[in-house]
Amino acid sequence: MLAAILARLVVAVPTVLLVTVIVFSLQLLLPGDPALALAGEERDPEAIAQIRALHHLDRPIPVQYLLWLGGLSRGDLGTSLKTGLPVAELIASKLPVTIELALLAMLVALAIGVPAGVAAAVRKGGAIDAGANLVALAGISIPNFWLGIMLILLVSVRWNLLPASGYTSPFEDPVRNLQTMIMPAFVLGTGIAAVMMRHTRSAMLTVLRQDYVRTARAMGLPEGRVVVRHALRNALLPVVTLGTLELGTLLSGAVLTEQVFTIPGFGKLVVDAVFTRDYPVVQGVVLCAGLGFVLMSLLADVLYVVLNPRLRS
Amino acid sequence: MAVGLALAEPEPARAARLGRRLARNRLALLGGTVVLLFVLIALFAPLLAPFEPIKSNWLAVRKPPSAAFWLGTDELGRDILSRLIWGARASLLAGVVSVAIAVLVGVPFGILAAYAGGWVDALIGRLTDALLACPFLILAIALAAFLGPSLGNAMIAIGISATPIFVRLARGQTMAVLAEDHVLGARAVGCPHRRIVLVYVLPNIAAPILVQATLAIAGAIIAEASLSFLGLGQQPPAPSWGSMLNTAKNFMSQAPWMAVSPGLAIGLVVLAFNLLGDGLRDALDPRES
Repeated sequence: MLAAILARLVVAVPTVLLVTVIVFSLQLLLPGDPALALAGEERDPEAIAQIRALHHLDRPIPVQYLLWLGGLSRGDLGTSLKTGLPVAELIASKLPVTIELALLAMLVALAIGVPAGVAAAVRKGGAIDAGANLVALAGISIPNFWLGIMLILLVSVRWNLLPASGYTSPFEDPVRNLQTMIMPAFVLGTGIAAVMMRHTRSAMLTVLRQDYVRTARAMGLPEGRVVVRHALRNALLPVVTLGTLELGTLLSGAVLTEQVFTIPGFGKLVVDAVFTRDYPVVQGVVLCAGLGFVLMSLLADVLYVVLNPRLRS
Repeated sequence: MAVGLALAEPEPARAARLGRRLARNRLALLGGTVVLLFVLIALFAPLLAPFEPIKSNWLAVRKPPSAAFWLGTDELGRDILSRLIWGARASLLAGVVSVAIAVLVGVPFGILAAYAGGWVDALIGRLTDALLACPFLILAIALAAFLGPSLGNAMIAIGISATPIFVRLARGQTMAVLAEDHVLGARAVGCPHRRIVLVYVLPNIAAPILVQATLAIAGAIIAEASLSFLGLGQQPPAPSWGSMLNTAKNFMSQAPWMAVSPGLAIGLVVLAFNLLGDGLRDALDPRES
């Protein structure tokens, strides 16, 4: 098992390196002189020369990359052009908010997607299956930021039930925190729920055809027990591992959800950085998201090996 | 080559079989019809729109839906229906152009990876993994940020972000085609590489790529709407469904109608492309349905 995990780790190394190449290459897309673009409003030749020296812009591009990579290995993601704060510090301060949103959204997705997938698989070809499939398709098709706007319109503006925007830390006021996070988590979770429903349905259909399920039925076990204890427990394995790979979708969705509900997280950080032309922050966010994804897919592989007894030996 | 053609099913027969299967799938037909309807709306926008989409009317600011303005007006008194009709152009154009970029870049690289094998395959594979690791929208946002906000750059950004899926798909499909006996035979008798790719590989991988492209258009339309919603796509005053929602968000209590129709339009057209794509996939591989 350890060998399998180590082999996966070795494959991840070039991927991580290429992620850093992609993130570094972003700055090569800047039109004109990158020093001028990085300087923003600043037009003082001395300041521009300083920026050129700081970012090693007078050196060949491969050397610039290696110097940048050297900084990364020391945890230096650069400095925000707008605030002057280290990018790593900025991201670290926003990340917990987005992680909370992502975890709550995943809970919503599992709470809706898994039962819907089980029901669709058990009643394959019936009305529930068709209905669940159509709802899932609608869930994938409706943009989550629009769903957010519609919820604000109904729940906050019309019924005045929940706050439309803002964020309170759970350590400060847990109740208020939950009030501000329910709608965003629901909005972000429904899109993933559709994917989870499809994964669960397909995994359940495979498991329900297995001999041990037929044996359990032949032994006269109640259908509910066969489905939940025997089928679902085994079908959850691919669902859990595939679920970890939804991190990318969650992060992309979080950018829009945080924008709609004005939540000061990772997504809001990158959008604000785009408008203030704070390029190091944009690069830092893409890098963290990419590395997060590589880490999660590693975790998915490890989980798959750990949870599947057949792969353990 | 003659051996290969004799063994492979003729293209017209395969297309006809695909057409028949697709015609039996009601949801796919519905999806196709809605897509066609939106294409016609986008093409004939100048004839269909009752008002100028970018002309302000200070006497009709934030008017609710009425006989004169079916879907109401926005904060500058512009007719929402007219902006919605013109917005279909931006959405469909972004969907088609960005997926075309992804196909034109991704498919040749995928074929090359499968054909060359060895370190070329490994390099393309790792690069694809790395691009796939960067979340689609975050990468598109970053690209749009560095390239500058505009509809054209948004299309490039979405196209680049969608490329890895086509690299992987083309690689996998090409590997399968290259392992077939008639292709092995053609290679053994010294058929030139270009001819093998054009005669054997491309026609055989076209169908799954078409399915993926249809589904990718759905994703690209949402991505364009998302970028425009964030202010990184279509720039004002030109209409786009995403940018209309961006403005509508600021007038939710005063003019809620501004937010309803653009979102419904995005949902409807994306759903239609998804239904059509799912139908095409099922028609190609009946085991899926």
